[in-house]
Amino acid sequence: MTVTSIKFYQTGTHTVGNRLLDPSLRTVQADMRRTNSLNSGHRACQGCGEALGARYAIDAAMVATDNQLIAANATGCLEVFSTPYPETSWQIPWIHSLFGNTAAVATGIAAAMRVKGRPEVRVIAQGGDGGTTDIGFGCLSGMFERNDDVLYICYDNEAYMNTGVQRSSATPGAARTATTPAVGKEPGNVFGQGKNVPLIAMAHEIPYVATAIVSELRDLEAKVTRAMEFRGARYIHVFVPCPLGWGHASEDTIRIARLAKETGIFPVFAAEHGEVVGVSKIRTKLPVEEYLRPQKRFAHLFSPEPRPGAIARIQALADRNIRRFGLVDGGTL
Amino acid sequence: MLKQCEGSHAVAETVALCRPEVICAYPISPQTHIVEGLSEMVRDGTLLNCEFINVESEFAAMSVAIGASAAGARAYTATASQGLLYMAEAVWNASGLGLPIVMTLANRAIGAPINIWNDHTDSMSMRDSGWIQLFAETNQDAADLHIQAFRLSEEVSLPIMVCMDGFILTHAYEGVDIPSQEQVDAYLPPYEPRQVLDPSEPVSIGAMVGPEAFAEVRYLAHAKQMQALGLIPELAAEFRQSFGRDSGGLVRCYRLEDADTAVVALGSVLGTIKDTVDDLHEEGHKIGVLGITSYRPFPINAIRDALQKVRRVIVVEKCFAVGIGGIVSRDVRMALRTLPQPIYDVVAGLGGRAITKAALHTLFLDGMAEKLDPVTFLDLDWKAVNRELERERTKRRSGPIAENVLRDIGLVAARIR
Repeated sequence: MTVTSIKFYQTGTHTVGNRLLDPSLRTVQADMRRTNSLNSGHRACQGCGEALGARYAIDAAMVATDNQLIAANATGCLEVFSTPYPETSWQIPWIHSLFGNTAAVATGIAAAMRVKGRPEVRVIAQGGDGGTTDIGFGCLSGMFERNDDVLYICYDNEAYMNTGVQRSSATPGAARTATTPAVGKEPGNVFGQGKNVPLIAMAHEIPYVATAIVSELRDLEAKVTRAMEFRGARYIHVFVPCPLGWGHASEDTIRIARLAKETGIFPVFAAEHGEVVGVSKIRTKLPVEEYLRPQKRFAHLFSPEPRPGAIARIQALADRNIRRFGLVDGGTL
Repeated sequence: MLKQCEGSHAVAETVALCRPEVICAYPISPQTHIVEGLSEMVRDGTLLNCEFINVESEFAAMSVAIGASAAGARAYTATASQGLLYMAEAVWNASGLGLPIVMTLANRAIGAPINIWNDHTDSMSMRDSGWIQLFAETNQDAADLHIQAFRLSEEVSLPIMVCMDGFILTHAYEGVDIPSQEQVDAYLPPYEPRQVLDPSEPVSIGAMVGPEAFAEVRYLAHAKQMQALGLIPELAAEFRQSFGRDSGGLVRCYRLEDADTAVVALGSVLGTIKDTVDDLHEEGHKIGVLGITSYRPFPINAIRDALQKVRRVIVVEKCFAVGIGGIVSRDVRMALRTLPQPIYDVVAGLGGRAITKAALHTLFLDGMAEKLDPVTFLDLDWKAVNRELERERTKRRSGPIAENVLRDIGLVAARIR
């Protein structure tokens, strides 16, 4: 994404109106010709980060492919809230098969397009963190290693929200879920588990891997656009807060996402052919408490008595991200 | 063209003639030679316009086939045994979505204990999945059934398993008439999907369906199989006209005209059964055979018509439902429910146990003399079974069953007659 120097007329925010940007840099969503691929009227919760991420990602992919797009969708919130029979919010050809096979279904679609001589039709697979990092991981890795021409987008809300907030391999340490309850000596999810799928994706040496966050939607759009410039397997991991599962106010989705980035909890970066090519820098580094406090899933870290040990472990993980990805200019903490 | 070749090779060549567009392959014995043959044909350019994808599991194989089929491509895969179970969720999904995928099932037992040899337990585990299941008696049959399967599958928009006995057919060399490309093209038109993922006409496939419509959608899958009951004989008749030989159909009768006793079976064991029946005819017995080609849909009327005049029915099946007994026999009983004939169920050939003419000869004589139990386990080593039962009665930590039985039995090679 090109950087444009602009003058801020508003203070106290990092947002900028489209009218201040060169038309080529303006957001897809601000364009009257946006496709509304995930149309309004679906049944996502108020403040759903996944619905927001999917809407921006798919509309950007539609622009990038001149509307020649097919999507495969894993079982999960996105599937359920968008297609209760006989309604569908999808304005694009869309298929839901199973929870764990979305990457493989997309491989099949891509193969069909190749054999039918329609290379202009591009394929997206999408699912939540459960469908991606857990049950769909075998098919995902298979699609990666074969370098099938599929963009896989994971909307990561760090647990199985559709079934009632159970732990996944993307659930962070200390987080309360229905299967990692906030009881006992070490309440919430245990530390030292889980997997980093963006890094695992990079280890497959696929052409493009990126992370994104719903507080930087223009960045998400730009990454989807960039992903569509490659052929082969591509992966975008989008951090999507879940008001229901995380226990934060629905109007705070964007704020929580921004805090995840500004604390270093969630590193936003892009990698091409296995090498990091860009990171989204932290503008004002904040302590992780700022991120943890507004979320009920971390409430046991603050009351009835504070658990500074657990908070320090989370801070250490955030600091490690900052060092590992160079998220703060100058590299000092 | 008549060729002396392996069954798997005959199937691979015939499948290639059906112009599959996406083939997904994951290795499992005994189907491997089929996909190996196809991969070679894709690589050397014999099979054009085909994507051959080496996937990471059977679950992925069926899932890739689902995606390909939903996007309008003719999709094919092959599996067996544990592979079929591993893809089970996708097997049900393919039929639930009404996607016309053709899959060869090289029938093999299911573990534990792990066993690579032939029986029908794998296909029976998916008998209620909504797939059409066609059973091949010979390698010629296996090859021909694939041509009919693609045609039928696409006409009714349902997936089809062509079941051929692992090793007994897949690895047997015999003469097979491989048709010409022109013949197959004349019989099998290009795939025209009922539903397709296409940006020019977007549809959603695979929506969540609640109680308000689920039963109707499931019933329609049943209705399509009932349509297939009518189509299967028509397609077999057309096949005979085009290719000049009998193949397919719902059931096949052998010497049933004046039979008192009918033997019912599926797959390659029909050959041994027919030979035994021929011998019994020479001894003056009135016994005939009913081979079931279409196990799903189950041809209730055709079976009742074929068996209504016999006095007794012996079902020889290479599978059984633990906790009750036969599987095929229960379905046959359903077909004959208004008729008085006794149905004797014989479970035989599990895990590749040879079903010999000698054993069948004795069995059929016993059956004709009404001396069979309702369920018979053919050639079961009762001594080995009872020793293990005794061990478990007398000792809490009696150890792993399979290993105990193997130790008791000792060398097995000499036991095959």
